Amino acid sequence: MSVRHALLALLSEGPKYGLQLRQEFEARTGEVWPLNVGQVYTTLQRLERDGLVVSEDGEDGPQKGYSITADGARALTDWLQTPSADAQPPRDELLIKVLVAVQVPGVDLHDVIQVHRRHLIELMQRYTAVKADAPEDDVALALVVDAELFRIDAAVRWLDSADARLRRAPRAAAGRPAAPARKAPVGRLGAVSR
Amino acid sequence: MLELRGVSKVYGGGPTAVHALRDVGLAVAAGELVAVMGPSGSGKSTLLTIGGSLEDATTGQVVVGGAVLQGMSKKEKARLRRRAIGFVFQDFNLLAGLTAAENVSMPLELDGTSARAAREVAMTALAQLGIEDRAGHFPDDLSGGERQRVAIARAVVGERRLVLADEPTGALDSVNSEAVMRLLREISRRGAAVVVVTHDAQLASWADRVVFLRDGRLVDQTAAPSGPESLLASGPRPPA
Repeated sequence: MSVRHALLALLSEGPKYGLQLRQEFEARTGEVWPLNVGQVYTTLQRLERDGLVVSEDGEDGPQKGYSITADGARALTDWLQTPSADAQPPRDELLIKVLVAVQVPGVDLHDVIQVHRRHLIELMQRYTAVKADAPEDDVALALVVDAELFRIDAAVRWLDSADARLRRAPRAAAGRPAAPARKAPVGRLGAVSR
Repeated sequence: MLELRGVSKVYGGGPTAVHALRDVGLAVAAGELVAVMGPSGSGKSTLLTIGGSLEDATTGQVVVGGAVLQGMSKKEKARLRRRAIGFVFQDFNLLAGLTAAENVSMPLELDGTSARAAREVAMTALAQLGIEDRAGHFPDDLSGGERQRVAIARAVVGERRLVLADEPTGALDSVNSEAVMRLLREISRRGAAVVVVTHDAQLASWADRVVFLRDGRLVDQTAAPSGPESLLASGPRPPA
């Protein structure tokens, strides 16, 4: 999972403080991925070093503000639209990209989903070609290929379902947590542990 | 073999008009298998019925085997369909009162071929699909997979060069569905242009090219498949 790009996505909405970024990150990823403060600041420092964000002058701390740069916005768009280089893309990576895309202003969610759908179906075409060209009695090969095809098919179905779900949900509702952004989130996982 | 040029289809008019297709351009060559994917209501089936001359485009041009459909009479279109276009539907659409062989030979007979010659051609088509021994059976006596093979035989019999299939595997299980896609692929390899509408990515992956529709627009398509060599390799890849 890329904390780096998730923070860029949050900053694409406007300048934010470090503490606010951590709270919004957790709230918008369904609080499934808790972040520690150190992770947030280390990542912000690296983003600043790479010219992808700029910070306000002043002392470091939870109230220090950050803004995204033009290079940062480009890096974010590139990441959202880039399919995994692996032959076996992890589904969690798709999930986080779609979750992040939901909150980036100006990004066409359906285009992001389509880039990944096309990539996965091209991968399926390659596997199916293996099966199609093999002798019909090569059952072992067919079983191996089928296992891959069903796994990728599950990711495609999830993308189809996400596409349909996002089509029905108003964008604001899809991308925003129910609680106000500055308030500490008390979510599904947090509420249980407190 | 099939070409849609700037095709739009609008049902109704005024504020309640439904734009089923919007400025769709698609060319399917002889020997090519193309899958059309998209969510419900994206225009997949409309694309197939317009490409098969069952419906007219509101604007744009449809060309089948070099013949422009616009301006053709209903009779001319019906003749084109009998001779050049085969359809495969989800629910097979076989006539219950005719045997498998009669279902397959019927379009030829309607087009003026003698019953005997039509039956010979039908038997050849059934043999190519491996069900010649079921030629005398009625649809109700056939399994789902056999019924779909008869439907495909009927779609490709004679000199049909364009085969249009709408969710052709219906409710078949995955192994029988794969068999149907293998047949459609084989038919395309023999020189027909085949278009398959499906929502199933595994079926679509049998196609040479997958095109994606959204809200009536053709929004994307797959690139030519790259080689499968590296997919199943367990060791390091050889140097380029």
